[in-house]
Amino acid sequence: MANSNQQTGTTGLQLALAWLWVGIPLVWGVYQTLLNAMKLFQ
Amino acid sequence: MAYLPFLDRSHTIAKPGFNRWMVPPAALCIHLCIGQAYAFSVFNLPMSKLLGITQSTPDDWKLTDLGWIFSIAIFVLGFSAAIFGRWVEEGGPRQAMFTAALCWAGGFVISAFGVYVHNLWIVYLGYGLIGGCGLGLGYISPVSTLIKWFPDRPGMATGMAIMGFGGAAFIASPLSVWLMSKFTTPTHIGVQETFLVMGAVYFVFMIVGAFLVRVPAPGWKPEGYTPPVQASKLITTSDVYVYDALKTPQFWCIWIVLCVNVTAGIGVLGQASAMSQEMFPGRITPVAAAGFVGLASLFNMLGRFFWASTSDYIGRKNTYFCFMVLGFILYCSVPYMGTTGNIVGFVVCFLVIYTMYGGGFATVPAYLKDMFGTRYVGAIHGLLITAWSMAGIFGPVLVNYIRQYNIDHGVPKADAYNVTMYIMAGLFIIGFIANALIKAVNQKFHMHPDHEALKGQVAVDAAGEPAGA
Repeated sequence: MANSNQQTGTTGLQLALAWLWVGIPLVWGVYQTLLNAMKLFQ
Repeated sequence: MAYLPFLDRSHTIAKPGFNRWMVPPAALCIHLCIGQAYAFSVFNLPMSKLLGITQSTPDDWKLTDLGWIFSIAIFVLGFSAAIFGRWVEEGGPRQAMFTAALCWAGGFVISAFGVYVHNLWIVYLGYGLIGGCGLGLGYISPVSTLIKWFPDRPGMATGMAIMGFGGAAFIASPLSVWLMSKFTTPTHIGVQETFLVMGAVYFVFMIVGAFLVRVPAPGWKPEGYTPPVQASKLITTSDVYVYDALKTPQFWCIWIVLCVNVTAGIGVLGQASAMSQEMFPGRITPVAAAGFVGLASLFNMLGRFFWASTSDYIGRKNTYFCFMVLGFILYCSVPYMGTTGNIVGFVVCFLVIYTMYGGGFATVPAYLKDMFGTRYVGAIHGLLITAWSMAGIFGPVLVNYIRQYNIDHGVPKADAYNVTMYIMAGLFIIGFIANALIKAVNQKFHMHPDHEALKGQVAVDAAGEPAGA
């Protein structure tokens, strides 16, 4: 059976773009929340 | 057959060379959008001043009426997941994700119209009912696909997606505030424009997820992974049909465990700001309390990934034992932290509780997969989500009403939560017993080759559609 972990079908660029697509907004949101959370320690 | 051919399961089968790590971002595309529901409260105050602009007028919507928008959406989430679970499972993830995108974005557009004509019933219909269906379909759509792609790490895989649901509010909350500030003028509050923009953004984001997602070809397994030949005590290699799962005591024990875990978390999560200020009057300011809520949400999100991944190593049953034992100890400790004025201890207790609240959501799909197999796990997960709907009622009621009862009977505000904390701790004992009762599912519930559902599937396969598993 063919194995999906071979990189012939999905390129590294596609994988990186897919993760950046969801990662950038998530990191931005976490950063905004951390800024807010810091008020607990002020 | 899907209502559009390209949504068919047959069009989503991965070709050789497809990297399975493309699937978690596809799932996150959905969960990062629908999790916006947790941040809907940012619209409540602006929507209560749509006519008066600077302050509410008698014709403006009341906050109590606006609160129903979120409640309807969460209620519909649970029941649409339960009703459409089998359709999601058999139709494939792309069809479900696409439909979820239509419902979710459509809900925003209809709500924008409701705001425009100032009719709250249209907002209930849009965000509550139609958006709620998008929530339910979207929540369960990637679950079984992830489990099939990651048979070696099912907890981590589903934990990643459900972490996105917990993290979505981090994005939606500041984004909503920013958009409203851009569309608001001295004579107009920009809620309807914000709804339209968010609906469009979420639609694009979710459609990307729908087109990224793939299901593995029948018989596929990860490189180097050897499926267990014989089922371990609590991990089955057989499948249980979705409605047969309801007949098993295991389903209802997991239902109770999830309900207890969510009840304990959801009540204090909604009340975190007020509770922290009331238990430490003058020491935790409103600004610091807002920081505490933000930190709590962050731990809720991180717990989803941490506990679900940990469950791959220590087992699902042991993970829930951790939740129940730790939860009992921590809830019993909170009143002591309050009376001794130990703010650090109080914050640490609740941050751990919030990780377990999120972890309970994220670990349960893998628990269901262990008990009932992978074939109908998404649909069974849909049925189980009704526990969340029930907990959404129990949790806030326990916290708010008991607090009010205590205050009405002369208990100081700082001590008004103590009874609730002990009740929550008691709930964990019930959860512990329910978890302890979970054994392997009786073989009579396993699907056999002559099962009615499989006969139907064979007919579909013969017509060119691959089997659901």
